[in-house]
This record gives sequence, structure tokens and C-alpha cells, in this order.
Amino acid sequence: MTSPLQQKLRITGPVVVTANRLGDGAVIYRTDGGQWSTRLEQAAVVTTAAAATTLLAGATADDITAVGAYVAPVRQDADGALQPGNLREAIRHAGPTIALPGVI
Amino acid sequence: MRLVRAGRIVADQYVRVLDDAPIPDGVPVIVPAARFLADAEEILRRDAPTGVLWPNNRRIAELAPHLDRLALVALEFPSFKDGRAYSQARVLREQFGFHGELRATGNVLRDQFLFLLRAGFDAFEVVKDADAAVFAEAVARYSVFYQPAGDRRIPALRARLQRPRTFAACERV
Amino acid sequence: MYLYDDLDRTLVTERAAEFRDQVARRLSGELTEDEFKPLRLMNGIYLQLHAYMLRIAIPYGALSSDQMRTLAHVARRYDRNYGHFTTRQNIQFNWIKLAELPDAMDELARAGLHGMQTSGNCVRNITTDQWAGVAPDEIEDPRVWAEILRQHLTLHPEFSFLPRKFKIAVTAAAHDRAAIRVHDIGLRLHRNGAGEVGFEVVVGGGLGRTPFIGKTIKPFLPKRDVLSYVEAVLRTYNQFGRRDNIYKARIKILVHDLGAEAFAKEVDAEWQPIKDGPLALDPAVVATVAGHFRYPSYESLSDNPPELAKARASDRRFATWFANSVTNHKAPGYAIVTLSLKPEGGPPGDATAEQMDAIADLADRYSFGEIRVGHEQNLVLPHVAQRDLPAVWRALEALGLATPNVGLVSDIIACPGLDYCSLANTRSIPVAQELTRRFRDLDLAQSLGRLHINISGCINACGHHHVGHIGLLGVEKNGEEFFQVTIGGQADENAVLGTLIGPAVPYAQVADVVEDIVEAYLELRTRPDEIFLDTVKRVGVEPFRERVYATR
Repeated sequence: MTSPLQQKLRITGPVVVTANRLGDGAVIYRTDGGQWSTRLEQAAVVTTAAAATTLLAGATADDITAVGAYVAPVRQDADGALQPGNLREAIRHAGPTIALPGVI
Repeated sequence: MRLVRAGRIVADQYVRVLDDAPIPDGVPVIVPAARFLADAEEILRRDAPTGVLWPNNRRIAELAPHLDRLALVALEFPSFKDGRAYSQARVLREQFGFHGELRATGNVLRDQFLFLLRAGFDAFEVVKDADAAVFAEAVARYSVFYQPAGDRRIPALRARLQRPRTFAACERV
Repeated sequence: MYLYDDLDRTLVTERAAEFRDQVARRLSGELTEDEFKPLRLMNGIYLQLHAYMLRIAIPYGALSSDQMRTLAHVARRYDRNYGHFTTRQNIQFNWIKLAELPDAMDELARAGLHGMQTSGNCVRNITTDQWAGVAPDEIEDPRVWAEILRQHLTLHPEFSFLPRKFKIAVTAAAHDRAAIRVHDIGLRLHRNGAGEVGFEVVVGGGLGRTPFIGKTIKPFLPKRDVLSYVEAVLRTYNQFGRRDNIYKARIKILVHDLGAEAFAKEVDAEWQPIKDGPLALDPAVVATVAGHFRYPSYESLSDNPPELAKARASDRRFATWFANSVTNHKAPGYAIVTLSLKPEGGPPGDATAEQMDAIADLADRYSFGEIRVGHEQNLVLPHVAQRDLPAVWRALEALGLATPNVGLVSDIIACPGLDYCSLANTRSIPVAQELTRRFRDLDLAQSLGRLHINISGCINACGHHHVGHIGLLGVEKNGEEFFQVTIGGQADENAVLGTLIGPAVPYAQVADVVEDIVEAYLELRTRPDEIFLDTVKRVGVEPFRERVYATR
């Protein structure tokens, strides 16, 4: 999907802020408490551009923990659980859609 | 900002003159390019060293007629990722034979020190104090250089010619 | 095989030490990401969707067995047990941790391996023909020149912060297997009318958002002048390439905007003052670099020895593989063996750590310890004695590396795509996998003949789709994956960009579309040996367009 790093902040639904962990590159989500979690269900969800901007600013300033923070869409499934909002985020969340060759 | 010369933090003798401020007498100055070119002959009659701040998007050749009377040329790195001044530095040193102070200004950071030095810079307006303090150590990181540049280090291609070959010749098809 | 001497090894070790320090300063916060990012890129470290990716340089695609073992070790110790060979003859690991990279770099450095300049706005891996040094049709070994340029342009103080990346390729054969015409600088070694060997210099080729075939700015450059001339091209680019817009920052844009002639004049103005200086290559310097290359002590052997003749006659499957994956060698009695990394259902270009170790052993036993990586994402054992071919085949079969589809429809070139890459619009690997399943019938694949499918998951074109016989470009429409389809592209000495056949097709249909194109080709070709590309040239795009869009 078009790299979100090139997108202007336009919020049309619930979003989270996501990034990669500095030390190992793992996918992480910004939490309400200004921390990071690898679990999407712990991500802070916002619905306005203003709130997203604030959340993103805090995340970006945390340069020593997280790299490349950006705003990503989420959606709620039938049970109300948080799910990635597009294919790119689904792949980031669950890993590549293909079997990895090196499985012993 | 700290000025580094000869591997050490030093005081800066030069005064930066802003675009329309008067040029002070009797002190070394760095004058912006446009201002200098508009009045070069007059400015160069000063009896203190004169330097020019040259932008990275103008050809060095324009400055060439004045180089033998300039004590300093300052080149710019608006971002450390903008590498145009490396070419300007080499052209200044290697083609126009400029012998005065060649100063790197702008976004000058530690991980570019050695590139700057090799390109011919000998003075550095270093953004971070911590970087300035380790200048000598940073430029000692490498002992092997593949290519000739604005410094006098012997490049590897030449160095190999000066030592006995360590491999026996092999048959070729 | 180029052998590093103590100068080369020292540089790589010093680089690894510098990088360790840079990582420490990043992890401590002394360096911001903005300051660190270009530094890590210059060591080949990307941030991708799930993790960091490490791209290790395999200079002009040449690898020793020891180096291959080291790559296997890195895959096991620091990654997830596999690596991916790329369209620029490098290898990528997709799951690397930044904090562990300094250790990995030290281990790589001990084998003479590194990630220097495999990313960033500097000169990237200089690529060449994967058959260099052994191909019968080359006039001399282009790797010597690739190595001279590699050294000159490694940690070059003037050219480490270019407007954008810079890619150079070298060829020394009439048939260009290095795609030089779609590189920033392409160098073709050839003989002029007077019988002298020199370079044709082609500048401004490239794929991506604005693809161009390169322009010849110097039809014949004496060997002596190649370093100074390349320096002049880079100095011109460094000063005048655009820095205001990353999509317009490659040299191809500068060449296009100025025009080839005006550009050549600028280069000449930069070149004249330096052409007779320290960069003028005297034969002693060239000989020193050439002397670091080890060439095998070939035995005196005859072509088609009994072991080979017998196997060809008695084993149909061996004969099929031999006809497909084995090529003539300049030394009598020897052969060039291509190892297909495109098994049915497999991600193109990937190899497991186990496979890498086994390939290293095969190289030691049968190929004088040498392996090559091709830009089509296959591997090569460049010096196999013909009498050993049956044994090599059996070993490769057991490893899953003997699919006889080299150059055929299922020998697909694909970028990693959205499964890995943060720039991608669509996935590409599953498309490639599906296509290998659709075309699993090897008899069909053989009867289709040479047919190159290239898949890129985005406009950056790392899969080289523009120059595929069939090119697939991933685009996004309303959050869904679609593919634009081009046909008729070519990457060699007759390089040409493919033509779009119509509107983008949805992900779910793209394999069907390729099948439709292939069916159309089978109906349209006048002879079985008219390859797809020639059929397209003869009949044009229209018949294919009609077929594909008749029901879509």
C-alpha cells in the first residue's frame, strides 16, 4: 500500500500509532500510557486528526525506543476486538503471508 | 558550535559578516558570496585576512579569479546528506590549488569528519561539542583508503605497487 | 575469485568497528534516527515491515565457498535460517536485530563480507555477468574492472552523499547479461575498429518511476581512462543532480533534462582537468588488481566425456536438466551450471542455510570453491568438469536446486513485495509462487521457450518489471492489490521497456491473465522456436490486449 510515511494526516476512522522497535525492529504500537506494546489490543486508539497528531508527536519524540512512527488505520471486528485496518497493517501484525523457507 | 583545526578545538579568529553589515577593519572576516563578488576588489584591499562563504549551488570557477588573495573559503552543508560541497572542496584544492583555510560549515557531524578531511577541508564548524571533542579519534578510525583524494594518504592501489606481491602467480585459462 | 589482501581486510574490519560505534551511539540516544539512518543505510541496513533487513554485498556476484558458509551461519545465528538473493547480485536477510548487527558484521568481516554501500545515496554494488571469467563469448574478464571500480568508489569521500543511489554495471560480451543499459552507468568492454579494447560508456539508464534506457555518451573510452571518466560523471552528478525531489534525483533525470550531448559536455569539462592525473590507470595498477584474482588450474579435458554422454543417453531427467541448466564454458571439458532457486511453489531467489552450506560443499568439490549470484536470482557453479555433471545433478536434485526451468516461464524474477517491504503496494512472492504452480508442467515450460516474467510490488521496480518479457507492477486501487501488465520488455543489448497492455487487473486474476497471455502466444507464434518476445515484436501488443480484456 502507498507508504504511510508519505501520507498527510487525514483521519477517516479509528487509528493507532505504530512503529518498529529500535533494537530489534519488532512491530510495536503506542499505548495510552505513552509506552509501546507489540500487542495491537493494547494500542491507544484515536479518532480525530488532532488526537492522532498528538499521539504521533509523542511517539516520534521517543526516538530511543521506536523508529519510523506513523498513523495506521484499525477497525473493530464483530467481537469488538481491534484488527489491522488494511492489508499492509495486517501483514505487519501477523507476518508475511507466505511460509518462510527456513523452517527446520 | 566548536571550530576544530588540526584535530583540536580552537578559538575562531574569523568574524562572520552578515549580508549588509559593515565589514570591520583589522580582523579576519568571512563575507557572504554575493556581497563579496559585488565588491571583490575593494574588499580584498583590506589589510586583514578575508574569507568567503560560498554556497553549494554555485560553481567554484566563479571564485577562481580571487583565490590567490583569499585566506579562507567556507563551504556549506545545509544538511549533512547534501554532499555538493565535497566536490567543491576537491576542485578548490586539486584543480585551483587553493592553499588557504578550507572550512566546512552547516550540518557538520562526526561521522563525516574523515570524508571532509580527505576532501580537503582543514577547518570544521562542528555542531555538537561532543563530536568536536573526539575529532582526532574519529579521523583515526581508518588506516586504509582505496582512492586518492584531496589529502596525501597513499591509496591502496598505489600502496600495493610499493610492496612485494604476497601471492604466487596463478595459471590462467 | 578475487582474494582480499591485508589492505582489503583491514578496511572491512575498520568499517565494522566504526559501525559498532555508530550502533552504540544510536542505542544510547547520542545519535538521532535522522542522523543514524544514512549511516545504517550505507552499511546496508533497512527498516522493513516486520524487522530490519540486512543487505550484504556480493561484489559482482562472486562468492567463495567460505563466504557462502559464513552467510549460512549468519542466516542461522542472526536470522531465520534463510536468505534471499537479489536482482543486484546481493543477498538479503529479513529478520536481523540492530543490536546484534555489530557481532554479525564482525563475523562477516572475517570472511571479507560486508554491507558497505548496499544502500544509501552512494555507489551501490557494481554488477556484471554471472558468467564472467568463464563465458566463451567475453573478450576479457569484466570482474577485474568491476573490482577496480569497486575499490575506487568504496568510502569515496566525495561521493558518499550523492543526490540519490548510483548503480553501475559492466559487461564484456556481445550479449549483455548484466543489463547495462538500465543502469546509471553501464560499461561495455569491446574492441574498436583498430582492435583495441575499451569501454562504451552508457549513462542515465534506470527503471523505477521514470524508466529510461541509457544513452551512450562515450562510444570508446580507453581502459586507462575509465576511473577518471567515471569520476567525472559522478562529480557532474554530485553537483548538478536534483536534491529537491527524491523522485527526480537520479542521474537519468539529469541526462534527460540536459540532453545526452549537453550532459556529455559537462562530463568532459570535469574530465579534462583530471584525465591525466592520479586516476589514469597504468597497466601495473590494473595488473595488480587482476593478479588478486585466482583462476582455476583447469585440467586438460575433452568435451562430452563418457560419464556425461552415458548419463545424457540413459537418464531423460538428467538430459532435460543438462539441456536447460548447463552452458558452454570457455575451457574444454568444463561447464557452467546454473542452480535454479525457483522451485515450484517456492519464493523466488531464496535459499535455506542448509542449502547454502550444501552449495558451499559442492563448490569446493566441483567448482574450485567458487559460486556466482545472477541478477535473475539464481546461483551458478562456474567451473564444473563435464564428467562431474551427473554427480552434481544428483546432489542438486536432492537439495531442490535442479528445477530445469532456467530462463523459462517459471524462472520468475520478483522483488520481496508487501510481505516484507515497507515501500510495496502489493505482494509479489505469492503471485510468483502461484505462477510456478500454473506452469509446473516442465514439458509445457520447455515448449514455451525463453520467457522472462518480472514482478515488482511497487513503482521502485526492484523486480525489473519494465524489462520483463511479461512485467507485472503492483499498484493500489482503493486499498486493494492490482497489477499493471506490460509485455515486450528486454534487458540486454537490445534493451527496451515493456508496453502496458491495458487497465490494471486485480490480484486474484493476475495468474489467469498471465495464462491468457501465454495461450495467446501459443496461438500466435508461427514456429515453435519463435520465442514470446519475438512474437510480441512481430504482432504487437493488440492481440494480447484483446485476449486478456475480452472477458474482463
